[in-house]
Amino acid sequence: MIFPDGTEALQNITFELRRGEFVTIVGPSGCGKSTLLKIASGLLQPTNGTVEVDRERLGYVFQDATLLPWRTVSKNVELLAELHGIGVQERKKLVKESIELVDLEGFENHYPKSLSGGMKMRCSLARSLTLKPPVFLFDEPFGAVDEITREHLNEETQLLFKQEGFAGLFITHSISEAVFMSTKVLVMSARPGKIVAEFNIPFEYPRKPELRFDAAFAEMCGKVSVELRGSHS
Amino acid sequence: MNTLSKKQESSATVLSQPSRIRKYTSSFLPPLILGAGVLGVWYYISYGLLEEKRRFLLRPIHSVIEIGFLNGDNRTESLQALWSSTEVALIGLSIAIGLGFVLAILMSQAKFLERAIFPYMVTLQAIPILAIVPLISFWFGTGQRSRVVVCVIIALFPIIVNTLFGLQSAERGMHDLFTLHHANRLTRLRKLMFPAALPAIFAGLRISAGLSVIGAVVGDFFFGKGEAGIGQMLKKHANRLNGEELLSCVILSSALGVLVFWIFGVIQNKAVGRWHEANSAG
Repeated sequence: MIFPDGTEALQNITFELRRGEFVTIVGPSGCGKSTLLKIASGLLQPTNGTVEVDRERLGYVFQDATLLPWRTVSKNVELLAELHGIGVQERKKLVKESIELVDLEGFENHYPKSLSGGMKMRCSLARSLTLKPPVFLFDEPFGAVDEITREHLNEETQLLFKQEGFAGLFITHSISEAVFMSTKVLVMSARPGKIVAEFNIPFEYPRKPELRFDAAFAEMCGKVSVELRGSHS
Repeated sequence: MNTLSKKQESSATVLSQPSRIRKYTSSFLPPLILGAGVLGVWYYISYGLLEEKRRFLLRPIHSVIEIGFLNGDNRTESLQALWSSTEVALIGLSIAIGLGFVLAILMSQAKFLERAIFPYMVTLQAIPILAIVPLISFWFGTGQRSRVVVCVIIALFPIIVNTLFGLQSAERGMHDLFTLHHANRLTRLRKLMFPAALPAIFAGLRISAGLSVIGAVVGDFFFGKGEAGIGQMLKKHANRLNGEELLSCVILSSALGVLVFWIFGVIQNKAVGRWHEANSAG
């Protein structure tokens, strides 16, 4: 991917993502992670190469929740189903299910301005879940929330992944977040972005919060960290 | 335990009563005090500064009320004029809203349309009404139609600018969301751009509502054929040095302006008050 101003953001990136896989890309900021996701989603066209993604019902969670402030939680969750022309009856059912999946029951009639950062993100997740997406893209979605909320959201995301069985592609710069949720972690180098290392994460799902204090977990994070540092220099 | 909680409850209701009163006094007291001050200065000028034969320059408030509002003939005449101007203002405002929306939506759909149209809107807005009065009278006569035209020219610009600004205010991420899910132009406009624009649209409407009253009065001042409006009354009373009637017409027209401003504030509160962060309409 080369931008019109000559910046080369991505170079020779090849990988495959199957259903039942949760791949996370970690990399330093400005390495082109978000660009990669924009290309995968079709928001950007690559200058070179091909991307094959089933974009019919794409799940996509942005860096911020991008909730429409004039819609209540349940109306926000309903939006994508509306855009895809799903009938009202079916829509209501999907909305209810999705809101249950992210534990937002009781907040259906709240407007986004009265929600916390974590709840906004959950609402945003629920919105994508209504489509039962086969592919789910996450663009550093939990970067803006506090550490405790972030860990909760990580736990919930991997549970959702296990339940719904989508193919997940997650972008982050947090190593522990990456290792905790993923089946596979890819390490990306800074400009032009290249994939420099690949780790399969063997831990069983559903993963418990205690996993974070496991020696094997720490060792895995250490390995990723070494590669990440190597890519940075 | 039970009695304790009950006690707390009752003390809470007792507390809320004075706090509500305090809320009202804090919002109404300052303007009332200032208003009383202004009346005091008014009387001081009428009776203290002006000698009797120069008192026509500023009539005391009670004689304005007596002659301007309580005198039956004057009142009927003023109210008829007020109604005529209200009509012009409402027609003008409606046309300005319709025209403003159409132009703003057009400009929001393509950058080149915005570049093409916007400079002319700024130009139109910059023309002093006085300068085009003769042209308007050539084209539209000197009756109600011309008054409405003046009204539209004056009220149009804030609607266009605010609506356009509002339509362009939806965040990039939200647009991306609609793009990802293949929303067409109309859906994007209806479900994203228009609701996002509502707070700005109402800000524009409130300004334009006030301006439409000014437009109606100014238009009436220049184009007096047919039913006389407030502008004609102002002209007549000014020529005859009827200070009381003149002031009563000024009061009536500004009251009309305040009323439409307030009405749009109420509609704004109903429409966006629940979700908009800075909800300051009242």
